[in-house]
Amino acid sequence: MPDVDFILGHMNYWLFTVLMMTGLYIVVAKGNLIKKIVGLNLFQTAVFMFYISLGKVTGGTAPIFPVDMEIDPNVAYSNPLPHVLILTAIVVGIATTSLGLALIVRIREEYDTIEEDEILKIETDLVHVENKILGEAMGGRA
Amino acid sequence: MATEHVHVARTLMDHLPILVVLVPFLAAPLTVLLGSRRLAWPIAFVASLTSFLISIRLLLQVIDGGVISYHIGGWVPPLGIEYRIDAANAFVLLLVSAIGTIVMPYTVQSIKSEISERHQTLFYTMYLLCFTGLLGVVATGDAFNVFVFLEISSLSTYVLVAMGAKADKRALTAAYDYLIMGTIGATFFVIGIGFLYAGTGTLNMADIAAHISAKGADRTVETAFAFIMVGMGLKVAIYPLHLWLPNAYTYAPSAVTSFLAATATKVAIYVLIRFMFSVFQPNFLFEMNAVKGIMMPLALVAMFAASLIAVFQSDLKRMLAYSSIAQIGYILLGIGLLSATGLSGAIVHLFNHGITKAALFMGVGALVLQSGSSFYARIEGMGKVMPWTSFAIVIAGLSLIGVPGTAGFISKWVLVQAAIEQGWWWIALAVVASSLLAIIYVWRVIEVLYMKQPVDATRREAPLSMLIPMWIMALSTIWFGLDTDLTMSAARAAADGLLNGFVTGGASVGH
Repeated sequence: MPDVDFILGHMNYWLFTVLMMTGLYIVVAKGNLIKKIVGLNLFQTAVFMFYISLGKVTGGTAPIFPVDMEIDPNVAYSNPLPHVLILTAIVVGIATTSLGLALIVRIREEYDTIEEDEILKIETDLVHVENKILGEAMGGRA
Repeated sequence: MATEHVHVARTLMDHLPILVVLVPFLAAPLTVLLGSRRLAWPIAFVASLTSFLISIRLLLQVIDGGVISYHIGGWVPPLGIEYRIDAANAFVLLLVSAIGTIVMPYTVQSIKSEISERHQTLFYTMYLLCFTGLLGVVATGDAFNVFVFLEISSLSTYVLVAMGAKADKRALTAAYDYLIMGTIGATFFVIGIGFLYAGTGTLNMADIAAHISAKGADRTVETAFAFIMVGMGLKVAIYPLHLWLPNAYTYAPSAVTSFLAATATKVAIYVLIRFMFSVFQPNFLFEMNAVKGIMMPLALVAMFAASLIAVFQSDLKRMLAYSSIAQIGYILLGIGLLSATGLSGAIVHLFNHGITKAALFMGVGALVLQSGSSFYARIEGMGKVMPWTSFAIVIAGLSLIGVPGTAGFISKWVLVQAAIEQGWWWIALAVVASSLLAIIYVWRVIEVLYMKQPVDATRREAPLSMLIPMWIMALSTIWFGLDTDLTMSAARAAADGLLNGFVTGGASVGH
């Protein structure tokens, strides 16, 4: 008999794990460079959710000081630190995504495709040419 | 234990731990804003030189085992972010800033031929940002701060690698692959930090260490350990996670490769060591036999497999990239021995391999400048045409093998000692045996350079601005092979500091 309370009580971790693995799977399995970036985004977002759910305190309210600055010791606040950390991580994520997309634009200019298997084929051909000119005389692989 | 310099920063001198990072960080946007190609290089050079001088001073302050704790903005840790300089990270700071500064003059001629003109100003911006990130990772004592700086350095590294696209379009796909794998690694690292925070409620490394040593490790902390190891393993290029490295090193501009090969993986190794020994303490590690059971075999596989692959390459730059993976194996071997001697061997090898590989890749860059390619067939007989460059490559190559009198010998000697100390003579034999493989691949280079007729006898020697940095590196591999005072004492102090963890210093954190 599975422990239903345990499973439901850790719902955020289940969701985080599923989302994270979905993202990672897309990165590994998809051949389209843009889809890989989407997967990477999903992967990172899952981690953001993990952090933010860590900061939740049961019954806690938003961690904002009241206007009169008099803090009622009976009120529980959620932990704001993970939110702050994730703000930084989101910025990093955006930078990574934009850089990745910029690279894809350049790859498309040079290779005329954004499918991984086609790029691989072009590169293998390049290596064959190099090998013919430079490698075989040396008895090695380029 | 020397005094802890409690931070009540009054003079500029007290701000050195942050200035070492801040100077290049502020110089980076300055080069963009001025937008002048003539000014970019002087700014970048002055910034990196400043960091270098600060690092020397920091190392002198802490080499006797002292710790500098700098509180950013005056916020007391563990709430505030702390920069914590001890012998271990001062030593790595010195390596990174020294390489960064010495490569600088080299870049001028090298990137002129390898990077398109309109990117040359931005090259220095990216170079400085990468430099900043690497220094920041090393200087900080805050776990999340490590991630932020790691991403600063990684993102700029991807751009730097992609700049090789003028010479070969494969630089773009190399940078893309590196971006995907690097980001997965960094994200794993963040997950690890998240688990650590969940388990201990703090992000300050010393505080996490104190928490783990007081309360012991639960499953959350062990999970954090696993995620951090894998995440950092990707950045270090531990053997099966090394796939990004050969292409990135081969297709990046030569100046970038010499800088990255000497610093980027080394900094990642430093983070690995810092987390293994300071944050999670050695007694925690001894419980986690996984380290010995996973790290040692992988290190051994790397030493042999990567060396073997290097033997069969016909491109000098790619060969050196594979040899880097093998050399990382030695460093991991030293870490995996989990002893003071092993760890100091690892740290010395980290330094010695850094300078050796920088010299070698600089040599390759000079050959590429004059012959247009680093394929063996294109650089045949260059020993006669470019005697200075070729001889620097030979000296550094000897250090790569570990010939007595060079830096490479010292670190391999310490590693062999560490292995015998534990009675693992077969590991000592393995170190020697894989060095034999290094002889083969270095000999192939010597054969190509000296025993063939020059392809084109009209080629000339590389310009002085490239030869001087190259020779500084080549001569320092000999210098540190003969005079081991600085490297060994710094590495011993670093290893002792790391093995003691934060426990001794941890009590005096704060005012």
